[in-house]
Amino acid sequence: MAEEVKSPAPPPPPQPRPAKTEPSGGPEGEPKPTAELPVAAAPAAPVKPAAPAAKPAAPAKPAGPVPMPWTSPLVEKYRSQYGSGLDPQTYLGQNYLNVDRSLIPDILRLLRDEEQFDYCVDITAAHYPKREKQFDVIWILYSFPRNERVRVKTQIADGASIPSSVSIWPTANWLEREVYDMFGITFDGHPDLRRILLPDGWKGYPLRKDYGILQQDKEWVQINLGIESGQ
Amino acid sequence: MSDRTNELSHLDLETPDKTYLDSNELIINMGPQHPATHGVLRVILKLDGEKVLGTECVIGYLHRGVEKIAENRTYTMFNPYVDRMDYCAAVSNGLGYCEAVEKLMNVEAPPRAQYIRVILTELNRIASHQLWLGTHALDIGAMTPLFYTFRDREEILKIFEKYCGARLTTHAFRIGGCQYETYAGFEKDVKNFLTFFAPKIDEYEALLTTNRIWLERTKNVGVISGPDCIALGVTGPVLRASGVKWDLRKAQPYANYKDFDFEIPIGTNGDTYDRYLVRMQEMRQSMRIIEQAVAGIPEGPIMGKVPKVIKPPVGEIYHSIEAPKGELGYFIVSDGSTQPYRLRVRPPSFVNLQALDVMVRGLLVADVVAVIGTIDIVLGEVDR
Repeated sequence: MAEEVKSPAPPPPPQPRPAKTEPSGGPEGEPKPTAELPVAAAPAAPVKPAAPAAKPAAPAKPAGPVPMPWTSPLVEKYRSQYGSGLDPQTYLGQNYLNVDRSLIPDILRLLRDEEQFDYCVDITAAHYPKREKQFDVIWILYSFPRNERVRVKTQIADGASIPSSVSIWPTANWLEREVYDMFGITFDGHPDLRRILLPDGWKGYPLRKDYGILQQDKEWVQINLGIESGQ
Repeated sequence: MSDRTNELSHLDLETPDKTYLDSNELIINMGPQHPATHGVLRVILKLDGEKVLGTECVIGYLHRGVEKIAENRTYTMFNPYVDRMDYCAAVSNGLGYCEAVEKLMNVEAPPRAQYIRVILTELNRIASHQLWLGTHALDIGAMTPLFYTFRDREEILKIFEKYCGARLTTHAFRIGGCQYETYAGFEKDVKNFLTFFAPKIDEYEALLTTNRIWLERTKNVGVISGPDCIALGVTGPVLRASGVKWDLRKAQPYANYKDFDFEIPIGTNGDTYDRYLVRMQEMRQSMRIIEQAVAGIPEGPIMGKVPKVIKPPVGEIYHSIEAPKGELGYFIVSDGSTQPYRLRVRPPSFVNLQALDVMVRGLLVADVVAVIGTIDIVLGEVDR
């Protein structure tokens, strides 16, 4: 079991991630490194012939696995308005907008009010501990009239908060509570931001990468369950 | 008032009307160990007499950290875990997961595998609805449907057992296709089931559809409008019963659903009775799909060209399917390794349960049980 605790550690700090960080670098710079790095990482360094062998394979499937800039009337409209705060991408036929944290309540509201993204499918997050802004917060939206999905992504630092979207989509209530519960990201203006799946007094946020898979709030377990350990 | 709390020993005879509780208001705890909450759901009810003023759900009793587990398992190892979320519809969970990973790897299951998947998934949809019907009717006080539905559900589980050796947590599919070829007589078994089951739905309907007690307990109970459903993210039969004709199998077809001819049943009132009718119709539609799939099942390989070690390229994907309970989505972030960097499950039960409060306000306590039943939640999926 101890090995399992260690095994997740190597994947989280991979090289491909920094490419995603792109604090200021343009989006065009991103796809290339992401496509090449796994190739370089997989067959180690000394295996020289493997690299050329892998190269021909890459052109065979460039249409799919490389994030491309996403262009559409929707994007053009907001791009002129927000400029560099908005980075539209498409990957495997799925569109997403990397937006700056400062645009967050506005762009979501615009997407609902003007672009008819009336259904908030999911709100979630991902933790990248090596980055300066550690968290990605992701909204998955769907529009019934357009039959179209879009994802909105933003990056925030540990300890920073983000405006709640409960007033935009009521369904965000529980979804944001879960993000808070699992990642410790606070949503400003949420009507009832409490833990939802874990007990109220629990310490720690389990889906952060520094939280081990066997880790638990020992104190809580001992006081509330009257046992030495939950394992 | 503030002084009062400090002087509990003195009876305040001068202002006897000031009490700690409104005499009509009552807080009642329901669950987590309650037979009508379908698992370990705890609902705190605020009542005025017997009228519900508001509810609060307390969930998480079955939280196993599925998303954390996923980050610590390879893609292949995680596959059986998804069956443990909605254990009434394990096949659907598996389909969603396998398709999401396939999409991330940019591969597709071969046609024969797609057909097998559709047949088993639709059988599972029927089984899930049967379980729902039996327990829902039992909650409301009709005991017979439970025996009928479990008797017939057994036939589906037998097919699962013969196909992959498991009845509930089936782990029927693999990333890239199916592991098992159909057993000899699979198609005959499925066809036999269809002829066996068609009159059984009529039997269920004979018991309930025009039953006066059933009508009294379900009509105009737990009403929710279509726009409210959308605002609350409610999907599945609950959304359709409110008149929104939306089913992912039609709206954004996955697997090979576009090859089949079927209808999306919808309701008009958005009440418990309409949700019942919608699910009954869905079972019939599932039978139609299975019938076409069995007739058209092609020959060929059942496994696509998938490497032994599943290592999707760096990237992220969201893929969702129409599970028996609503939109079941998987959001996977890959860092190019053999384990998901982040795997998020978008569970239909969790999101649909949020609508409980809206649906039960103003109803009676007994109706809360009916509404919990009609949303069709599985706590394994709510809590993950």
